[in-house]
Amino acid sequence: MSKNTCFHCGLDAASAKITFDDKAFCCNGCQTVYQIFSENDLSCYYDLQDSPGATPKDIEGKYNFLENTKIVEQLLEFNNATTQIVTLYIPHIHCSSCIWILENLNKLHPNISSSIVNFGKKTVRINFNIELLSLKELVILLSSIGYEPFISLDDYSVGKKHINRTLIYKLGVAGFAFGNVMFLSFPEYFQVNEFWLEQFKPLFRWLMFAFSVPVVFYSAQDYFISAYKGLRTNILNIDVPIVVGVTVLFIRSTADIIINTGSGFFDSLTGLIFFLLLGKFFQQKTYSFLSFERDYKSYFPIGITKITNDNEEESIQVYDIKKGDRLLIRNEELIPVDCILIKGSARIDYSFVTGESKTVSKQSGDKLFAGGKQLYGSIEVDVLKSVEQSYLTQLWSNDVFKNDKELSFTNITNKISKRFTITILSIAFLATSFWLMFDSSKALNVFTSVLIIACPCAIALAAPFTLGNILRILGKKKFYLKNASVIEQLSKINTIIFDKTGTITANKETTINYEGLELSKNEESLLKSTLRGSNHPLSRSLYQLLNQNDIVTLDAYEEHLGKGITASYKNENIKVGSASFIGHSAHTATLNTSVHVSTNNTYKGKFTFYNTYRKGLSQLFNTLKKEFDLVILSGDNSGEKENLTKLLPTKTKLLFDQKPEDKLEYIKYHQSEGANVLMIGDGLNDAGALAQSNVGIAISENVNVFSPACDAILDASKFNQLYHYINISKSAIKIIKWSFLLSFIYNCIGLYFAITGQLAPVVAAILMPLSSISIVAFTTIATNILGRKFE
Amino acid sequence: MSVIYVLLTISIIVAVGFFIAFIMAVKKGQYDDSYTPSVRMLFEDELVKETSEKTILTKKDQ
Repeated sequence: MSKNTCFHCGLDAASAKITFDDKAFCCNGCQTVYQIFSENDLSCYYDLQDSPGATPKDIEGKYNFLENTKIVEQLLEFNNATTQIVTLYIPHIHCSSCIWILENLNKLHPNISSSIVNFGKKTVRINFNIELLSLKELVILLSSIGYEPFISLDDYSVGKKHINRTLIYKLGVAGFAFGNVMFLSFPEYFQVNEFWLEQFKPLFRWLMFAFSVPVVFYSAQDYFISAYKGLRTNILNIDVPIVVGVTVLFIRSTADIIINTGSGFFDSLTGLIFFLLLGKFFQQKTYSFLSFERDYKSYFPIGITKITNDNEEESIQVYDIKKGDRLLIRNEELIPVDCILIKGSARIDYSFVTGESKTVSKQSGDKLFAGGKQLYGSIEVDVLKSVEQSYLTQLWSNDVFKNDKELSFTNITNKISKRFTITILSIAFLATSFWLMFDSSKALNVFTSVLIIACPCAIALAAPFTLGNILRILGKKKFYLKNASVIEQLSKINTIIFDKTGTITANKETTINYEGLELSKNEESLLKSTLRGSNHPLSRSLYQLLNQNDIVTLDAYEEHLGKGITASYKNENIKVGSASFIGHSAHTATLNTSVHVSTNNTYKGKFTFYNTYRKGLSQLFNTLKKEFDLVILSGDNSGEKENLTKLLPTKTKLLFDQKPEDKLEYIKYHQSEGANVLMIGDGLNDAGALAQSNVGIAISENVNVFSPACDAILDASKFNQLYHYINISKSAIKIIKWSFLLSFIYNCIGLYFAITGQLAPVVAAILMPLSSISIVAFTTIATNILGRKFE
Repeated sequence: MSVIYVLLTISIIVAVGFFIAFIMAVKKGQYDDSYTPSVRMLFEDELVKETSEKTILTKKDQ
């Protein structure tokens, strides 16, 4: 293990110079966690993976709401006198070490009896005794070892979530029946004319029938329902020809064995349904640790501290907050309702709402909006509106959130199936009428054969297998899609709209520029010393930037809230702050955030804060502009306009000062003009726009924790790959079209046998699985090649 | 040749047995998490180890 990286979390440890047990650590937090683990014989944690830990955060007071028994009861999954079970979502779970340590929690605390991790969902289910260990203590214990759980309003109705396993059951039934029917059909395949086999033929046939019944009536249920729904709304979806095929197969096969004319097509029937369900299963890739349907509930805390009339603190549920209540918002706590600041200095981080990471200072009497996070100390506020009526939560009552995008979209398979169904039906009727005239005994046979062989299983399989595989490939590249139909939508995009802050700018970084007269060494040292005393976020960023100079002890220091700082040392005095505070009015017109400096009453200059744009932004825009219309919709002022026009291609539209509703309306308008819009955003203020657009991608620096409702989540580090992702989806659609061609050829061959009245069960038994399997093989190979091409 | 009846009965009973086992496995949630058990399996030796008397609680009491 190198001495430069932290033994616990892998961050840079060279500057901290903390060593313990001959190992380097980046901070005391990491060292403490290591100490806890090593003292409890849990150092195996570090054997499984190199530096697997996370730095524990300071969480004092954050979980006080867990003292409220009503809240705790809602979170518990099981509760009796001696045993409680709780399932906690822990975003940090990422490797086998995490599983190991969380399943060994009982070694850390005797009152935890067992814990089980679900890695896919990033949850841990803990069995403990609440009389000896409260839920709050448990959460604090987890946080102290770097596994802080994420508890939000969303968890409030925990334990009632039903896991849907019907598809697995259906697949199991179909697979079971398919295997057995194939097995029982062997004598028929080889046409063995052996006395005893002839004797047992009826028994075999009826067994096959028995196996097929649950497949048709249970496993294939969804196809019947979907076809019925489609027909009722006058849509000929792909399920209609499938259902026709299945029905004809079943009735004809049953009739065959009743009147003893053959063994029917039960093998094809069960195989067909099995493959179809398999395709569905394959497409059902879910990123269960991600949530694509998040609304404000996922961010809001469950409980909040209320200050009662007797000046006592009390934890109450967020839903119980009433107008006029006085609340205590602690450091790092989220404000759940719109309110007025009463006491304390508020520095609000609205990044959840706007994506803007710069904090805003507020003074007592100012209005605070729900969704802001208080930094640096606690404040007291008076509630203006209840949770449901707050500005942010009101956004979710918009109708866009009620539309299901998947339903309003005709996918490629359904588009083809419309023509397909009509063609097949006409061929069936034409062929039948021909045979009616020519040899009427064969007519019925031909009619059913055409419908059986034309059953579009290969077409129905092409899309699920291709899209399912692409979904997996993109997921590996940190682009997580909600479902497979997003890929199809993505391939049709012609307009891309970006949000600015947090989307094309990196969230936590800013660059600072100095303009003005050069500062002398003394002045610089004075400035540094002055900034050191201030807790204002801008002061903190500026302080980080300035060179380490000799820090002097100031003779006088005064901070004027919301304006600036004055300080003096020996004969020199300094003023740092806003332009008006410095007494320099000429530069007030600038829209960028800047800090002005004057010494000894002469104006020196200003430090301007600029956003830092994501790596490869310019290049990405230049590639994209050839094929798409590009727009930037920003909620911020136009301070960065000049900077952006320089950086981006000339065709890019730039719109500033857009409210959340404006963004939504803009997209709606362009959609009505025929645009297929891809919206990329990050804050809750983009949620409406993301829902309205054809494809809404949320960009996130930490995919586990924060992203608004969307169709896809993109890891911020892969932002410059966007063009590739769109290309992959376009190629996926091409693959599907090729598979359609392939299955069309199979159908033509099959139809030849069917129309000429030669469709023996053995032909169907060969042709139908062969077409299905070869389509699956083709799409799998093609998508894998595609995935490798974009490495 | 009626032995074929016996054979068929046995084979179908075996098949149905496996099928029931499958349904039960799904019901018990065996397919809900397909990753963690594969990792957990490798920890077996660690978990058997004697539970240490020293815990955070006892440490505080000292």
